Parts: sequence; structure tokens; C-alpha cells
Amino acid sequence: MATKKRSSALLIGTAKGAFLLEPSGRRWLARGPFQYGSKVHDVRVDPRDGKTILCTATGGHLGPTLFRSTNRGKSWSEATRPPRFGALPRGKKPARAGGSRGFAVKSNFFLAPGPARERGVWYCGTSPQGLFRSDDGGRTWTGVAGFNERPTWWDWTDGGKNESPEGGLLHSIQVDARDGEHLYVSLSMGGTFESFDGGRHWKPLNRGVAMDFLPAGEVREYGHDPHAMLVHPADPDRLYQQNHCGIYRLDRARTDTWQRIGDNMPRAVGDIGFPIAAHPSDPDTVWVFPMDGTQLWPRTPPGGKPSVYRTRDGGRRWQRLDDGLPRTAWWTVYRQAMDADRGERRTALYFGTTSGEVWGSRDGGERWERIAEHLPRILSLRVSELA
Amino acid sequence: MIVHVGSVLLGYTGGRAELEARGATVAAVLDDLERLCPGLRFRVVDEQGRVRPHMRVYVGSRPISDLSRRIAAGDELHLLGALSGG
Repeated sequence: MATKKRSSALLIGTAKGAFLLEPSGRRWLARGPFQYGSKVHDVRVDPRDGKTILCTATGGHLGPTLFRSTNRGKSWSEATRPPRFGALPRGKKPARAGGSRGFAVKSNFFLAPGPARERGVWYCGTSPQGLFRSDDGGRTWTGVAGFNERPTWWDWTDGGKNESPEGGLLHSIQVDARDGEHLYVSLSMGGTFESFDGGRHWKPLNRGVAMDFLPAGEVREYGHDPHAMLVHPADPDRLYQQNHCGIYRLDRARTDTWQRIGDNMPRAVGDIGFPIAAHPSDPDTVWVFPMDGTQLWPRTPPGGKPSVYRTRDGGRRWQRLDDGLPRTAWWTVYRQAMDADRGERRTALYFGTTSGEVWGSRDGGERWERIAEHLPRILSLRVSELA
Repeated sequence: MIVHVGSVLLGYTGGRAELEARGATVAAVLDDLERLCPGLRFRVVDEQGRVRPHMRVYVGSRPISDLSRRIAAGDELHLLGALSGG
């Protein structure tokens, strides 16, 4: 029987649409833009069929929606029911105990496929912070009431105030590969939360994470600010996060307390940043892209010298990886814009910049080359195998 | 009634800038348009029944936000992207 050929592709979400970068010999060919003119926060291939692509899109006028393609982006169809909060009956005020909070989704921000056994299941995180689920491959979406309508939603989120540039975000949706009922989500301005029953009940999971934006000595159960959190693909009990206040690791099988592994970063660089990417098979290896977190948080590399940092021992030691990157540059990398190739043959690493460049390394960051430029501001980058 | 559609919505109307729809109120006309052009209504009105912040609905030359407004004979509806920035 003939086996369908698959190849790795880069799915890139930008401020002006989505692009697909595909290898052609030693070069990369860009296709797109798809959803031209819309802000695309996430584009993902369904790993269960290698062919379905979901793409979020937020139009400046038209609001948020989602598109779906099953032919490598040649054609797209819009979700017939995109994520939307429940309607608040006219004249009613939101009740703390439950029901609609009266908000409208402002952007669909983060996509995550469900577990391997549950074909067609997807999750989407939004702003204001909402969690949505699709059971039909992204065509229709329903709010996860156990999160969106729980009484503590007001406390765990910023209450829909949306005071940051993109608003309060629900991101980093992680599904335990062994148990599809075991979920994690992270909220900017909220913290990380865990569910063992498919999203019906949740508990905060933030012990040990700093809150430098509060008076010294304040310890809280939630209200933290994870920028990106992941369950390591090589060890479902090993979590990492790049937080507003440092880089952390959590070995969930033995503790619920995060360990600040960013303390081992060079002091002059610090451990502030947005993205964190995992090695496909080594649970001790992750990469981060630090930014200047000393005073005004300009969202630029420390000293204007961009570099990826890698640990290969779970965060005890970090190695600077900047060979081939510009000596001076003032762009940065957003939380969803760095990813490692999960293919077996090699560990390639890629990131996209706010200046519209894509950088790639065929050897885990040892040597970098620019593989695309002149794209719009890059919001996300995912490496996926496409059938 | 005649409905004029701004460029931001042409992707939902098959490129037509002018459509014919029925209804006694603006909400009913939007429902009829949804039948003709699936997905269009949710691009104009959010899940709380509010006109989206950067969309504008006019009956004749009057901007409206109350979708229960009744339509009179000869009225024309305009669904336009707002001027939002420079």
C-alpha cells in the first residue's frame, strides 16, 4: 500500500493574515496570505489527520471568527458557529453564580487539538478569557461552561475589563495525551488552572510563581501572569512556563509547586520573555527567547542583542544560541511564535519576529539562518506535518 | 427593501454591494440577510445583540443601534464598516 507523503510546514499567523511556508530543496516557499487583512493569532494542523488546518481570524471591523481548510489552504470555509459567549437576556445583569457574563468574544487567540483518540475535538481560548470546544473539527463551537460561567471567573480573570493591548487572554491550552479529561489552561492576568474532568471543575495551579507586580510578600492563589505554558511532549508530567515573572518548571506527578529555573539564567539577561518551546523527545530540553525586563519592558532583546537560550538539563544551566542572528536588532518574538519540529529526523527550531522575519535552525539553535522576511508582524508560528 | 453593503462585507455577499431583503424591523431584515448570506449577521451584530464596535447600521441617513427599529416603506438599509482611525 502506498504511504501518503508528509512534510513539515510552517504555519504562520500575522497581523495581516496567515502564511504557509513549505520547504523546496534548501529554500522555503511562502503561500498566502490567507484570511488577508485579518489578524491571525493561531493556525494549526490537526495532528490526527495531518490535513485539516484551523485558522483564527479577527477583522478590524468584522470581529473574530475561524476558518477551516482540508486542502493545504487552497480553499477555506468559515466556522458556521464560531466561539461566542452566551447571550445575556435583555435587561438582566450578569450573576456571579453562573450564566452569561454579557461579553462578546473580541479575538480567538489560541487553538489546541483534543487528544488523539477523540477525532474532531478542538479547544479555543479567547479574549476576554473564555474556553470553547468543538466536537466537529472546528465547524461549530460551544463554551465550556465549567470555566466560562463558574462563579470564580470574576476573580480568576480581569473580569472582562481588557485593559492590556490584546485584552485578557486564555492561552496555552494543554491536553494530557494519556487522559483527555485532564486539561490545563493559562490566563494572562489570571494564572494557570487545571481540570481533571474535562473542564467541568478547575483549580488554580500557581504555587511558587512570583508576582513582582504586587507589594513584596503578597502570596496569592491566582492572578499570576503566565505568558506561555506547555506540557512537555516527551513527559506529560513535566510542565514549563515562561511567566511575566520568570521561567518555571513543574513536575506534576510529585508536586504542585513551580520551581523558578530562570534563576539560573545569566543575570545580565534575566528570565523575562514570552515564548517557550519544547524538544520533541527530551523532556529536559526547552528553548526561550529573553526580552529586556529590567525597567520599562520595551519588548526588545536585552541590550538589543537577540538570542535564543536553551537548557538541556531541565533548567539547571542555560546556553546562549545566537550564531547567525543579527548582532543588534530590536524586534522580539511573541508567545506563540517559536516552535520545534516534532519530526523524527532532526530537531529544527523556528521563530517569527515582530518585524516579519522567520528564522530557522536545523540543529536545535546552534546555527541560525533567516528563511523568510518582509512578512507582516508575526503573531504565531507552528511547525506541523502536512499530508 | 434595498440593503447597501460596505466593502468589508462583500466576502459574505458574493461580491454584491446591493441586496434585496425583507423584514418589518432591522433585526428581521438582518435575519433575512443571514438566510441569503450565511455568516453575515454575526459580522454586524455580536452575541449580545449589539452592533459591533467598528460596524455601522444606517436606516436611510440615520445611524441606529436599536435593532428593533421598525422599517418604513421606502427605507433603505446601509451596513458599513465604521471610519476607525486615520
